[in-house]
Amino acid sequence: MSRIGVFVCHCGENIGSTVDCQEVAARCKQMPGVVHSEDYKYMCSDPGQSMIKQAIEEQGLDGVVVAACSPRMHEPTFRRAVSEAGLNPYLCEMANLREHCSWVHEETDSTTDKATDLVHLQVEKVKRNKPLQPIQVPITKTALVIGGGVAGIQAALDIADSDRKVILLERSPSLGGHMAQLSETFPTLDCSQCILTPKMVEAARHPNITLMTYSELEHLEGFIGNFKATIRKRARKIDEKLCTGCGLCLQKCPTRKISDGFNEGLGMRRAIYVPFPQAVPNTPVIDIQNCSHFRKKKCDRCVKACPTDAIRFEQQDEWITVDVGAIVLATGFKIMRSDQFPEYGYGAYPDIIDGLQFERLASASGPTQGVIKRPSDGKEPETIVFLACAGSRDAAKGVKYCSKICCMYTAKHAMLYKHKAPHGKAYVFYMDIRAAGKNYDEFVRRAIEEDGVKYIRGRVSRIYEEDGKLIVKGADTLLGGRPVEIKADMVVLATAVQPNDGQIDLARKIHVGCDEYGFFAEAHPKLRPVETNTAGIYLAGACQSPRDIPETVAQAGGAAAKVVALFSRDRLTREPLVAEVNRRPSPIYSDCVGCFLCETACPYQAIGQETVTDRDGKLYKTMAKINPGLCQGCGTCVATCRTKAIDLHGYSNEQIYAEIMSL
Amino acid sequence: MRMGYYPGCSLLGSAREFNESVRAVCEAIDLTLEEVPDWNCCGASSAHVLNHDLALALPARILAQAEAAGLEEILAPCAACFNRLASTRATLAADPAKRQEIVELIELPYSGRVRVLNVLEVLERYRDRIEAKTVNAFRYKVACYYGCLLVRPPDVVKFDRPENPQSMDRLLATVGAKPIDWACKTECCGASFSVTRTDLVAQLGGRIVADATRRNAAAIVVACPMCQSNLDMRRPEINRQLQQEQRIPVLFITQALGLAMGIEAHRLGLQRHLVPVELPEPELEVVGDDDDEDD
Repeated sequence: MSRIGVFVCHCGENIGSTVDCQEVAARCKQMPGVVHSEDYKYMCSDPGQSMIKQAIEEQGLDGVVVAACSPRMHEPTFRRAVSEAGLNPYLCEMANLREHCSWVHEETDSTTDKATDLVHLQVEKVKRNKPLQPIQVPITKTALVIGGGVAGIQAALDIADSDRKVILLERSPSLGGHMAQLSETFPTLDCSQCILTPKMVEAARHPNITLMTYSELEHLEGFIGNFKATIRKRARKIDEKLCTGCGLCLQKCPTRKISDGFNEGLGMRRAIYVPFPQAVPNTPVIDIQNCSHFRKKKCDRCVKACPTDAIRFEQQDEWITVDVGAIVLATGFKIMRSDQFPEYGYGAYPDIIDGLQFERLASASGPTQGVIKRPSDGKEPETIVFLACAGSRDAAKGVKYCSKICCMYTAKHAMLYKHKAPHGKAYVFYMDIRAAGKNYDEFVRRAIEEDGVKYIRGRVSRIYEEDGKLIVKGADTLLGGRPVEIKADMVVLATAVQPNDGQIDLARKIHVGCDEYGFFAEAHPKLRPVETNTAGIYLAGACQSPRDIPETVAQAGGAAAKVVALFSRDRLTREPLVAEVNRRPSPIYSDCVGCFLCETACPYQAIGQETVTDRDGKLYKTMAKINPGLCQGCGTCVATCRTKAIDLHGYSNEQIYAEIMSL
Repeated sequence: MRMGYYPGCSLLGSAREFNESVRAVCEAIDLTLEEVPDWNCCGASSAHVLNHDLALALPARILAQAEAAGLEEILAPCAACFNRLASTRATLAADPAKRQEIVELIELPYSGRVRVLNVLEVLERYRDRIEAKTVNAFRYKVACYYGCLLVRPPDVVKFDRPENPQSMDRLLATVGAKPIDWACKTECCGASFSVTRTDLVAQLGGRIVADATRRNAAAIVVACPMCQSNLDMRRPEINRQLQQEQRIPVLFITQALGLAMGIEAHRLGLQRHLVPVELPEPELEVVGDDDDEDD
């Protein structure tokens, strides 16, 4: 006969106000197998936990049910308390009286009845619980950082500085990300490249960092501490060891009119190129879509120009498999393009540009050497209108969320323009100015008060062209909705920040969740902001939500600290709530008949095959085998198995049936 | 092919040519229009600002009559009628209690089954027939003017892009016209302020007429009787406001299509316009086109 103890928590008023906890405790005493039952105001407090421990010791309990809040909240607390009293922690279960009962019902007798039933379920379950031992797994102490923007670089450097190995993966030919494209950064106006490039070089030189640019994650299997990543290293068509980065091949390349992605289409590059002069590594890439050698099979000018014979037209993509223990996702963002806006002409007007394009125009290393010129005719604009919230906070035509960085960079853009062209006029249309950050509001005030940027609160309904000017029609909602019309030479849309291309595919590949917009989802919005729900995979930067540089760097440091903390241990303890294929005495060995439906059903690739042979080594049976390191305990295989050969520890069929039968 | 038809008051009065041209074009594309029996006023312009229940009851009664006549879809060429009918249908679908209240008021069964279509929606459906029947390509630069009611509110009318509608442009391109890119596609014409604040309507209409003229359109094409009368009937006031003599005609979409389909001008009611419809002889190239690069 079991000796179960029930502990009913009032959770202050949270449960106590609608459930008669004392009555629940009294009724539980009547349940078969329950030898101890009591209620208390805060079971999770020290005195509450002591009550549980004391009861275990004095009454010799062999199972505990805590009727309180969600197990997501306090299951670890109570299991720890139980184990401190010498009981196996998996002999403690929680009945959720708060989220499942008191918070969602009125104070009636039936609420108390339901609470009693919820406890009864757990009593029946815990009677059938078996002591379980945590699973120990080793840790590969190498981290994989995906994305070589400022988030990835910072995370990689922080992990590497703690004497751990890092593989830094970047999809484009160079480190740097969006930050390398920026002109100057708010709120201090220091040059973006000047503060970023030293970090890029440091990451490339660091003895603990293996840099893999022009490479992408192809496939990931395994689990925390023991991932196996397959990386596709795309062919640059250059022997990286021989290339000195002299740049002679670039000058000789005859294909020179390719839209330059780094300059956001405002400049041209050649078919063999380095994205920007400070690129790390400084090794060129051949763009085989545009290269005459690949298109027409005839040009070899770069081969002739190269003093070290480093050009390798025959080079192929390589697939490399690495073992890593943790992953930091730092894949960044993209911005909505100006052709997404019907009322602004769907990209029909070349002088309506987006924020990143303006950054390139304002950048000293950009296509105009930092002179603000309009793309259509190269003239310097005399009036620029900046539109904040183009697509952001707009459920009808864009995204619902605030893109966060636009208020600040729009103020910066307007300010930079006024510095470069003091006679020019800069207007900003805005909804609200969101400048909550250190020295941020001061920065915006400076743009308005010192640099004379005209801020107009209101939205723009339409932009059209008339006599070579862009007519921006909007409303000034601070002056009673007065219609405003501005004749502009150039319009800059602060378009919404969006998840990067391919982010959802990557999320599927590595089994992490995304939010409704496609940003990676954190494990808890407040308390676990740099972790994903998949153990061992962490987040840094704008792949999680729109972020500015200071926040991104801080978060990257946070993610790195999580990785280093994980790597500080030699072995990892995992919850033993995993599925297992049952064993029977020979000659049956197991109820498993080897249909392997479970193998296809398993979302974590945790099920493999195992063979049973007789003494002579003759194959007797092939059956399923579950890797406890990979299994996440989701139970899909249990439901799939047609011979009921699989059971989930802690949630066995017998336990679930007992719960149902108790109702 | 058969479809319900709700002409509304303006199509029997100030916009008789809209009625005539809708009927002529529908006949040419073999679409039989069946008038909703014993229809009443939709309540536009006044009811919805004065009495909320009346604003719902009037259109609900029209829809209920259509339902009783076994119609599944009705064409409401007037943009204001279309908007009132569609809004009522959406409101009553979302609020069963309100629906019950209105049903008691109109004393007719109402299920909300009848769908309301505007003239562009219907014509788009038969675009291939219109194309097949085109005999005199309408080779003009045209300013497609949608006004405010056809595409808004987007959740209710569920039709075309609210900020940059395209359906009229597509229809006119089908018959050989060249729709221009212009500023006033969905601007306000001043609507019923035509009566009380003619000065404002002259200002608003002036911008629309001036922009279309500046961009060398040969005609402004509309799908709303209110827009048409404000740009056509109020032209003297508009011209006074602009201090110019603007003679650009304002055609209903069905008149432009009808001309392209070879229907005689008289049947399309072109003689009823106050600004005379004097289109130059269509040429092989688009008329009134001095700068193609702009488009």
